[in-house]
Amino acid sequence: MNEKLKRITHYRLFLPLICLALVLLVNMIKTPTFFHLSIKNGVLYGYTVDVVNRASELVILAVGMTLVVASSAGTDISVGAVMAVAGAVCCYILSGGAVSVNEYHAPWILGLLAALVAGTVCGAWNGFLVSRMKIQPMVATLILFTAGRGIAQLITKGQITYIRVESFKLLGANIPGIPLPTPIFIAIIVVLITSIVLKKTALGLYIEAVGINPTASRNVGIKSKQIIFFTYTFCGLLAGIAGMIATSRIYSADANNIGLNMELDAILAVALGGNSLGGGKFSISGSVIGAYTIQALTTTLYAMGVSADQIPVYKAIVVVIIVTLQSEEFNRYMRKFSARFAARKAEVAK
Amino acid sequence: MEEHQHVVLTMRGICKSFPGVKALQDVDFTLRTGEIHALMGENGAGKSTLIKVLTGVYELDKGEIRLEGIDHPIVNRSPEEAQSKGISTVYQEVNLCPNLSVAENIYIGREPKKFGRIDWKTMNRLGAELLKSLDIDVDVTVPLGHYSIALQQMVAIARAVDMSAKVLILDEPTSSLDELEVEKLFTVMRKLKGQGVGIIFVTHFLEQVYEVCDRITVLRNGQLVGEYPVAQLPRLQLVAKMMGKDFDDLASIKSLRKHTPAEDVVISTERLGHSGTIKPFDLQIQKGQVVGLAGLLGSGRSELARCIYGTDRPDSGKLHVDGREFAASHPIDSMHAGMAYLPEDRKNEGIIADLSVRENIMIALQAKRGVFKLLSRKEQEEFTDKYIDLLQIKTSDRDAPVKSLSGGNQQKVILGRWLLTEPDFFILDEPTRGIDVGTKTEIQKLVLQLADQGTSVMFISSEIDEMLRTCDKMEVLRDGAKVAELDGDRMSQESIMASIAGGER
Repeated sequence: MNEKLKRITHYRLFLPLICLALVLLVNMIKTPTFFHLSIKNGVLYGYTVDVVNRASELVILAVGMTLVVASSAGTDISVGAVMAVAGAVCCYILSGGAVSVNEYHAPWILGLLAALVAGTVCGAWNGFLVSRMKIQPMVATLILFTAGRGIAQLITKGQITYIRVESFKLLGANIPGIPLPTPIFIAIIVVLITSIVLKKTALGLYIEAVGINPTASRNVGIKSKQIIFFTYTFCGLLAGIAGMIATSRIYSADANNIGLNMELDAILAVALGGNSLGGGKFSISGSVIGAYTIQALTTTLYAMGVSADQIPVYKAIVVVIIVTLQSEEFNRYMRKFSARFAARKAEVAK
Repeated sequence: MEEHQHVVLTMRGICKSFPGVKALQDVDFTLRTGEIHALMGENGAGKSTLIKVLTGVYELDKGEIRLEGIDHPIVNRSPEEAQSKGISTVYQEVNLCPNLSVAENIYIGREPKKFGRIDWKTMNRLGAELLKSLDIDVDVTVPLGHYSIALQQMVAIARAVDMSAKVLILDEPTSSLDELEVEKLFTVMRKLKGQGVGIIFVTHFLEQVYEVCDRITVLRNGQLVGEYPVAQLPRLQLVAKMMGKDFDDLASIKSLRKHTPAEDVVISTERLGHSGTIKPFDLQIQKGQVVGLAGLLGSGRSELARCIYGTDRPDSGKLHVDGREFAASHPIDSMHAGMAYLPEDRKNEGIIADLSVRENIMIALQAKRGVFKLLSRKEQEEFTDKYIDLLQIKTSDRDAPVKSLSGGNQQKVILGRWLLTEPDFFILDEPTRGIDVGTKTEIQKLVLQLADQGTSVMFISSEIDEMLRTCDKMEVLRDGAKVAELDGDRMSQESIMASIAGGER
């Protein structure tokens, strides 16, 4: 029995899952309606659906961020801004430069592809700076972090570009006849494809190896620079996808608000998932759980009637608790404490 | 002289256990004044535990330590307390301040004072006198960091001796020194011995023990094997006692090397050079030949290996592999050309610490196959088990992180990693450094076995006799240039030393 318990608690995703469960448990007690689901017009409604739906962009970003962190022991803080760039590029192409349009000026698929290319190019730029120019990741991505929204503004000429076409909203809403919102499926597909590629090729191993010891990895024939370049580029592509979802939700390119502060949540998701920000071993599933935990927390606070401007305070408190629970130092302290407790108990028993 | 010596330190019945391990069981140790006493044993024999018990890093479970001049058993709770009683330790890594002057380092915390302020003049004078008395030639006003590790170590020794001159512990002081520096260190040690200091010398190098020590205490698996005067314990017996089993004596290794290499040249360099490290170098390696690179640290032996393998890019000359001109832009190119490279710095360039033994073994072959052709889990496990078995890697589990293994076993993992790629040319840079004697012998045998199977080997080692046992041919380097090429009967400890030392000797 004890052995079994030990194996469960040592399982890598144990703590991230416990954290998610805790957040959900609070809901169960405080907001019983949290788990209620209802169907209206063939579409599923409820807080839980909302959590999973709203978390989609974060999940996608967290996947890319996990790989960046693992390979380079650094973070890409530009992903939020890259989302805005992708959205602006897409809307610019579909609107043909107008502020608000009621029909596409170019095929939808072209807009989508352009957005993904824009994200990929941004990622490649970051990757180039980090892997070739050896600039610290935080500094390298700071460039697009600050310049990205400016670039997006330039593209949209400082205005919010609206695409008022029903089909444009499909990426961020429900496809008719399907009860769940599209972003959920996109997030699942991204996670699945990434996981399969990492599992079926040696890429995952290479990324971990490079993150742990780039010199030794080079000596065994791994092109460390290429791997780091790849993770940043891929992270950019995923930011492009997330940007498309966010743009579709509000059927407009809002350069100032799309993806705002998302980079921080994405980094947090990676950390909550039990991944070390020092690079090396990583778990995509951990980050995904982390992302859903963050969104569940936000939605929970809304459901409990906390006002939007106070939410960061509560979020910070919970994050501190979760991160402390997972810290090595805290766990060492707890082990010591419980050992001492057990010793005292044994003494009393004597 | 023996009669004038008296016992300065005795340790009796020392026991120390850690959870699950009895690190020391009933160990006795005696140190006399004016002697250099080697503490020998394989990795895990209990040498460092004994030292740590003595210096107060660990508390002992049982037993007593007595020091001359104190009429009751002493208990040290910290290295500082041990030092105050006259027991000082100098470690391989010098823990002094490189940005302070040599004199400051010697007197830090106990500076001579005048009117409440540091008396620099006196301090520098005392420091200079102290170092001069030990024949150490440095300017005491220069920051310590300007001097080599060897000199820094000697300053550390001078400081330790000046503070408390009864017992001096030197824990693997020679691991990062080249031969001339070692010689200098020995001079200092002999001086101290003459002054009546008892020195405990922990080392892996057998030669050094015979060069400088008076007595040897051998430990094995936490137990005392015995204490012997050096003159009465021949090298082979010492190794046998350390290993505690009958084994082919080290000398017999040479006899295994009967086979003569084939004529075809696998690797040849033509005026290969790298500015600042190696001068234009010509070298030919035949199929199945073991070529040794000898020279002091910094003589360019590692750099030459790195240039051939492609971790560094040579900037002049040509490299031929199997007769064709070859230039690697990345190690993977060299791997495809059949090369393998075990780097000198295992920790920073060899192992990938957080990955498992399995991943560390399969990763080179995987890189050679390419990212899309992932070895199946079954293949990976088969390969791993094969090499764990073949090289007798001691690990709890094939999926244990490689960092949890001992140094020798980590080295075996890296060997396994490269053997799996079936190389034609294997570069081994200091494969036996910091590894226990048993594993050393195994690695040497493996090298010979590989050569018999037709693999060419480049063998780099600081231990000349290790190379004498394994190599067919030796290239001697000095200051980045080839100064001699020795083979057959011309290979001997004397001829190599003479070539290394050159005209200066």
